[in-house]
Amino acid sequence: MSMAGSAASTPAIRLTDIVKSFGPVLANRGAALEVAPGEIHALVGENGAGKSTLMRVLSGMYAAESGRMEVNGHDVTGWSTADAIDAGVGMVHQHFMLVPTLTVAENVMLGRELTKGGQLDRARAEREVSELSHATGLAVRAQRTVADLSVGEAQRVEILKTLYRGAKILILDEPTAVLSPPEIEELWHVLRQMRDRGETIVLITHKLDEVMAISETITVMRHGRTVGRLRTAETTPAEIARAMVGRDVQLAMNYVAEEMATTPSPGAQVAASEPLLVVRDLVVNDVRRLTAVDGVSFTVAPGEILGIAGVEGNGQTELLEALAGLRAVRGGSIQMGRHDVTRLSVKARGDAGLSHIPEDRHARGLILDYSVAENLILGQQHRFTRGVQLDRDQILENARHQIDAFDVRPSDPQLPARALSGGNQQKLVIAREMGRAFQVLLAAQPTRGVDVGAIEFIHGQLRAARNAGKAILLVSADLAEILALSDRVAVMYGGKLVAVLARGDASTEVLGPYMTGAATGHAA
Amino acid sequence: MTTAASESTTAPPPIAPPVDRTARRTALEEAILPAVVALLVAAIVGDILILTFGQSPGTVYRLLLEGTWGNAYGLGQVLYKATTLTFTGLAVAVGLRAGLFNIGAESQLAAGGFVAALVGLLLPSGLPALITLPLYLIAAAAGGGLVAGVPGVLKARFGAHEVITTIMLNFIVLALLNYLTAAHLKVEGSLHTAEIHAGALPRFSSYIAPFHGSAANVVLFVALGAAIVTWWFLFRTRRGFELRATGLQPEAAEYGGVDVGNVWWRAMVLSGGLAGIGGLNFVLGYKHYYEEAFASGAGFLGIAVAIVGRNHPLGVVFAALVFATISQGGLAVNAVVPKQMVDVLQAVVIIAVAASVPEVRRILRKAR
Repeated sequence: MSMAGSAASTPAIRLTDIVKSFGPVLANRGAALEVAPGEIHALVGENGAGKSTLMRVLSGMYAAESGRMEVNGHDVTGWSTADAIDAGVGMVHQHFMLVPTLTVAENVMLGRELTKGGQLDRARAEREVSELSHATGLAVRAQRTVADLSVGEAQRVEILKTLYRGAKILILDEPTAVLSPPEIEELWHVLRQMRDRGETIVLITHKLDEVMAISETITVMRHGRTVGRLRTAETTPAEIARAMVGRDVQLAMNYVAEEMATTPSPGAQVAASEPLLVVRDLVVNDVRRLTAVDGVSFTVAPGEILGIAGVEGNGQTELLEALAGLRAVRGGSIQMGRHDVTRLSVKARGDAGLSHIPEDRHARGLILDYSVAENLILGQQHRFTRGVQLDRDQILENARHQIDAFDVRPSDPQLPARALSGGNQQKLVIAREMGRAFQVLLAAQPTRGVDVGAIEFIHGQLRAARNAGKAILLVSADLAEILALSDRVAVMYGGKLVAVLARGDASTEVLGPYMTGAATGHAA
Repeated sequence: MTTAASESTTAPPPIAPPVDRTARRTALEEAILPAVVALLVAAIVGDILILTFGQSPGTVYRLLLEGTWGNAYGLGQVLYKATTLTFTGLAVAVGLRAGLFNIGAESQLAAGGFVAALVGLLLPSGLPALITLPLYLIAAAAGGGLVAGVPGVLKARFGAHEVITTIMLNFIVLALLNYLTAAHLKVEGSLHTAEIHAGALPRFSSYIAPFHGSAANVVLFVALGAAIVTWWFLFRTRRGFELRATGLQPEAAEYGGVDVGNVWWRAMVLSGGLAGIGGLNFVLGYKHYYEEAFASGAGFLGIAVAIVGRNHPLGVVFAALVFATISQGGLAVNAVVPKQMVDVLQAVVIIAVAASVPEVRRILRKAR
């Protein structure tokens, strides 16, 4: 592994031996970071490696237990968020921190309100935000309400907010998670412009293609430690991945695609067999009672993975919730095999053979204060009873079996789910949903926020289920995942399926225009 | 930068420390230590209060203990008060476990006592307790459960916030009960109904002479039984599993096939039912009649009991004893310090518990 030499000038950021723990979990255990002024620096590592924690320490949100922090050569150890903002260090978080009912200009000035005679000076705020927007290339109209913005625009507002406060060192936490490919390109363009003006950028990510595309230097973290520092020009994705995981890993998910290409789907062989999931003209409302799913029809055959690609917020969440029985259907029908399940409860659908990996494991998929064993029966609690009582022996035995089969770590069934890492929490959900008899699987963002090793494992499970003749509906914001796993790929845009393609016909280039609504209407 | 590349080849130690027993012991510490700390804090604040009245804390606390646990009458009064508080504390705790803040235990308690009294007045006298007690339990639970069921259904069906509806129902129900008593049931010249003869429950003083004059009665055992059954229901049954899941994460419960609306109204009925049975302590165990305003704040104090007891049935029994002791002790120390000081002390306990739970937890975690 090649090491970059130390910069001759004073580094913009220098963190040494940072230690930060949350309860029993050490998030940072001697982490270090050095960033030269005017560079784009990628901070990479698997989920749970401690990247976000380290950057929150830098931006003053968390106080480290030990370690030293320097910004532009000054010792700033233990400063507050206010100090950090004053010193020009700004962080753009993964989850937007915007007030949806306020306008762009109002959000940007929030906390630094401009006033004239005791009243808010909206006109001046709008003028200043417009000027900043033009100067930086972060195009968004200052007068618009944040609730009406696309996700990409909302992110621009977040960056504008940080710059408005005079940030010279900008930290971006997984900024591309919610963006479409063209939006990502736009973001890269803006970041390069900012770098050319002399601003320093730290980009937290675990996507290696992004690292290669945009960064100049790379810091790799693993298990809370800094394990490497590389120059992008002198390294390869494989080398970065090895440093992240600590062993060789298969990259780009090619392994899945190759293996699946050589294993003909049982579904393809018995193409005449009836589909296990039939959705006809489905119409579903969102929370605001606006149409979110607008007349969607598709089928999934046994032994088939249908992948639904698309930028998040185009109705995928509502579609899945409707299929799972969590959201009322306004029109159309859902059939499992020959049974109409449109009006059935969540429990009845589960009994009919539906499994569901929900997109948000923290809100829906797990009860974080419940133990691993209890979480492993969630949705199946009526099968683990003796009279009115829960059968604790059976629950424990089930937990031991699933923990073993799905390699959940640590293996203590009594531990609260909260204490597990993101990857192991997801394994818990997968163990519960795939470790029992099922016919149809709804898999939403099955590998979001899990580490490379767990991704390999989860993809293996999905592939095995497909080969065992299950019908799988895969919804993912990760286009590479969709392309690697799906037999057919559909694109969802504006609540409609705008394209359904055979895997051979689908690629990032082909799907991109559909995802942004630039192209419509193509069915395989 | 000098980070060694070799470090990347050595396996890092596991992220999570060895768990098993340590984790469970920690959970126990986190459950009990905050309450202990809170009582210590309350004692210190109490010292300062007592000193401002020019008295010696030692003397006052000795008086307080002598007047409560120091003699059979005082102990009887403590047990009597703790009985009602156990029921209202359990009621609030069950609600909170389901994610519902039941402020209406006061009127549910009164309604339970009222319906039990009605049934008692209708029953022929001379029936054995073995037959009447189940009837009284059902009547009291039905009275409290009905009153609490209204906000439960309103929440499940229309999303009406239970804090608002239970508070409003307190006014409505208490006024209604007062009207019914005053207009139709009261004995002339009093605020209470006629005496109940059917299956009235004996006081302890009937068996143990030193308890003479104290209100403690066998409903105490019903309270302990209710705490055990509530614990069993919450932590051992499927419905309890679903109720707690709903309270922790309603979205995840919904995902797990739980009808959240059903859990809400059922939890409210259960909560109100528990509060209602508390009414038996006064109506059937102590006075043998229903009297206007007999609840006298025990329903509201149930909120404090549940919070100090950390919404755990056994914690609730403990907290009920603590608050009953403080309340009865107020009478014992009345001669040297104002009784209101005891009210302040109760408030201090509540604030100390609310504040010390996160703080003690933080310190515990840091110590590891």
